[in-house]
Amino acid sequence: MAETRTTAEIVAQCQALFDDLEFTHSRRWKEAAPGRKVVGYLPVYVPAEIIHAAGMLPLGILGGGENLEVIHGDAYYQSYICRIPRSTLELGITGKFDFVDGFLFPSICDVIRNLSGIWKLLFPKVYVRYFDVPQEFTDDVGGVYYEKELQELREGLAHLGGRPITDEALRTSIALFNENRKLVREVYDLRARTPWLTPTSEVYLVMRAGMVVPVEEHSALLREYLAAVQAEPRPMRDNCRVILNGVFCEQPPLNLVKAIEMSGCYVVDDDFMLVNRWLLDDVPTSGDPIQALARAFLHRSAETAAKYQPDLAKKGQYLLDAVRDRAAEGVIFAAPSFCDPALLERPMLESRLEKVDVPHIGFKYAENSGQMQPVREQAGTFADSIKLWSSP
Amino acid sequence: MTQRIDPTRAAGVPKAEVVKELSMLKQKDMIAGNYEALTSAPQTGRKVASTFVPGNLNELIMCFDLLNNLPEINAIQNGMRKVSGELILEAEKHGHSEDVCTYVKADLGMMAKGNLSPNGKPLPRPDVLLLSYTGCFTFMKWFELVRDEYKCPTVMLHVPYQADGQVTDNMRSYIVKQLRETVIPTLEKVSGVKFDIDRLRGYLAESAKAEDDFVWVMESAKNKPSPIDAYFGGVYYIGPIFTAFRGTPDATEYYRLLRGEIEERIRLGLGPITPEGDMKEQRYRLVVEGPPNWTHFREFWKMFHDEGAVVVASTYTKVGGTYDLGFRHDPRNPLESLADYCLDCYTNRSLPQRVGQIEKYMNDYQADGLVINSIKSCNSFSAGQLMILREIEKRTGKPGAFIETDLVDPRYFSAANVKNRLESYFQMIDQKRASAHAA
Repeated sequence: MAETRTTAEIVAQCQALFDDLEFTHSRRWKEAAPGRKVVGYLPVYVPAEIIHAAGMLPLGILGGGENLEVIHGDAYYQSYICRIPRSTLELGITGKFDFVDGFLFPSICDVIRNLSGIWKLLFPKVYVRYFDVPQEFTDDVGGVYYEKELQELREGLAHLGGRPITDEALRTSIALFNENRKLVREVYDLRARTPWLTPTSEVYLVMRAGMVVPVEEHSALLREYLAAVQAEPRPMRDNCRVILNGVFCEQPPLNLVKAIEMSGCYVVDDDFMLVNRWLLDDVPTSGDPIQALARAFLHRSAETAAKYQPDLAKKGQYLLDAVRDRAAEGVIFAAPSFCDPALLERPMLESRLEKVDVPHIGFKYAENSGQMQPVREQAGTFADSIKLWSSP
Repeated sequence: MTQRIDPTRAAGVPKAEVVKELSMLKQKDMIAGNYEALTSAPQTGRKVASTFVPGNLNELIMCFDLLNNLPEINAIQNGMRKVSGELILEAEKHGHSEDVCTYVKADLGMMAKGNLSPNGKPLPRPDVLLLSYTGCFTFMKWFELVRDEYKCPTVMLHVPYQADGQVTDNMRSYIVKQLRETVIPTLEKVSGVKFDIDRLRGYLAESAKAEDDFVWVMESAKNKPSPIDAYFGGVYYIGPIFTAFRGTPDATEYYRLLRGEIEERIRLGLGPITPEGDMKEQRYRLVVEGPPNWTHFREFWKMFHDEGAVVVASTYTKVGGTYDLGFRHDPRNPLESLADYCLDCYTNRSLPQRVGQIEKYMNDYQADGLVINSIKSCNSFSAGQLMILREIEKRTGKPGAFIETDLVDPRYFSAANVKNRLESYFQMIDQKRASAHAA
C-alpha cells in the first residue's frame, strides 16, 4: 500500500519541479522508453490532448522564472519588451530544451507570435508551429477554420512521431484531460470555499507541476493534494477574498503570490496557467474528436485578453461572474510589464467592476521582480480598506 | 509646375517653404477632402466606418457609401502636429498604462479631448468599427476600447498570421467566409446599401491601376542616384493607396502624376525632394525596417539627408500591402483577392519571411546597410528586430544600425542619441568601404 503523503511533502515535490530549470522530470519521462518525444508550448492555450494522443509529453513553458540569469536572451530583445520571451530564449540557447522535439507558440500576442519566427531561425531542425485560433466563433466559419488547423497540427505531430494519431487515441486523451480539468476545478472550488486550507502559493505549485509531468501523473497528484489538504486543519484568518487577474502569460515570482497572501488576502480565483481550465466542461468522448475539441473551444472556453468578445454586453462578464461565484471582495490586477493584452484589457475590466462597486487595485511585475515590499504594502492597504469600508 | 510649400506639413501648421509638386498638392487636397467629408458627416448624413490601415478594405467600404476613418492616420496627423504628447497623457490620466501602444493612447486621448480632426472640427462617432485584425494583436484591444466608448456595431475580420510563410486555402476561405457571412451583412445593415459585387469589381480594377504605378515609383529607387527616398518620402507615396483612396480615380490620378514627376527626376538625374530642397550627394543607400517617428519626423529625416543617406527601400511602406512582391487586387476574384491582400500585409508575414524580404531589398537595391528604427509602441514590428539585424548582417555582410524611438510619443525621441548612433553608423560604412578598397 502506497504511503500517504502530507500536504507539505506534496508541495515540496511540486516546488522541486518548479525550481528545476533542467526539466529533469520531463527528461526522465522521455528517456524511459525509446522513441518518446516532448512538445513544448507557451501560454495561453493549446489542445494538449492532441500532443498526448501522439504519445508525446506536452511541456508547458512559462519562461525562466526569477532564478534564471538572462544573458543571451537580452541580446534579442529591446528593454521595452516583456521578460518571458527573453528568458525562454535563454533556456533554448543554453540547451535546457535540448530534449524538446517540438514547440507550439499559441496566438496570444505579437511578442509570442514573433518568437515563433525567431525559434524557426535559431532552431531550424526543431518542429515549430504557431498555433492560431479563430476569433470568430460560429461553427461554420471559425469552427471550420479551426478544425482544419487542428487537423494540420495532428498531421504535423503524427509526422514528428512517425505514426498516425487515431481518433481512438484522441478520445482516450480527451477523457484523461477531462479528468484532469475536473480535478483542477475541484481544487479551485475547494480553495474558494476554504482558502485557508489551500493557500494559492501551494495551489500554484500544484498546478504548475501539471506543466511538466504527464497528465495521468498530475491527476494523481491533484487527487492526493485534495485528500491531504482536507485532512489537515489549518487556521482560518481574517483575510479578505480577492481575485488575481492578468497573470495568464509571464508568471510573477512565487514570492509575489506569497506577499499578497501575507498582506491579508486570500486569492479565491486567478488566471494562472489557463491551459488547464481553458475548456470549461468535459469535451465529448464520442463522435469526431477534432470537432469536439473545436466546438469546446468555440462555445465553452475561458475568456481572457487574448480572445475577442464579440458581444459588448458580455465584455468582462466572466470576471463579474467570478466575483459573485467566488464571493470575492475585490480584484487585484497584476500584469507583466509591457504586456499589451493584459494592460490594454485592464481599463475595460476595471470599468465593469466600478459599475458594481467592486474595489480593485493594479500593479505590474516581471518574472524576476525582486522587491516585494511595495506589493505587500499595496495589497495590505487594499485588504485593510476592504475590511474597514466595504459593506457588510 | 511646382509651388513653394512644406511637404511634411500637417494641416494647419505653417512651416518653412519648400518645393511641392503637383502630386503633393493632389494628395493634400484628397486628405483635406476626406477630413472635410468625415467632419461634415453629421450634416450630410454620410455614415462612417473606422478601420485600420493593414487589411484596410477600402474598396469594400466604398461599396456601402461609407466614409473611411483610420485612427492610425489621425494619430500620425496628431504626431506631426505635435499634439499627440498631450493626448497620450490624457489617456494615461484615464488609467492607460505607459507601457502600451501610443497610437491607441493618442486615439483615446483625442476622443477624450473633443476628437478634433486636423481641420479643427470634431470627427463624428463611427457608425461601425471594422476590426480588420491583420498583423497586429493590439488592433483587437484598440477597437474593444473604442467600442466601449461609442457602443456602436463592431465587426471582426480575423486574418490568420502567415506563420509558415505561405497562404493556405484554409486561411483564405476563412477570410472569405467572414466577409460573406459577417462583414458584408453588417455593413449592409449599418449603411442600408445592398452589396453589389460588380461595384466591388470596379473599385478593385481601379486599385490595380494605381498599384502598378505605385510599385513603379517604389522601384525607381533602384536607380543611381535614387530619385526618391523610399522611407521619408515613401510615407507620402503610400498615403492614398494605404488609406481612404485606394480604388478611386483620385488615387489612380495621384500615382500617374507621381510617376510622371519621378520619370522626370530620373531623366534629369535628380535625387529626392527633401524639406530643404533637392537632395544632392547620395553617399549611403539604406534599407530601413520599422515605422518612422512622427513627432520629430522632419528632424529625423534631416539626420539622414544631411549625411547624404537616402533610403532606397523600406518595410514600413509595405504594411498596407506588399504590392512589390506581385500582389494586385483582382476584380475576377474579388473576395479572395481581398483575403490575399490582408494575408500578405507586411506585419502579417512571418519573421523568416521578413528577413528574406529585407535581404532581397538589400541586394536588389544595392544597399550599403540596414537601419532598424525600433518602435517602443509596436511589438508587432519590434519583437524580433534584433534577430532580423543579426540575420541580415550575416547573410549580406553589410552593417546594420539599431535605433529606438516611438511612433507618436515625444518622450521617446532622443534626438542626440539617435543622431550619435546614425553618425557612428555612417562612419562604420565608410570604414567598411575603405577596408574593402584596401583589400
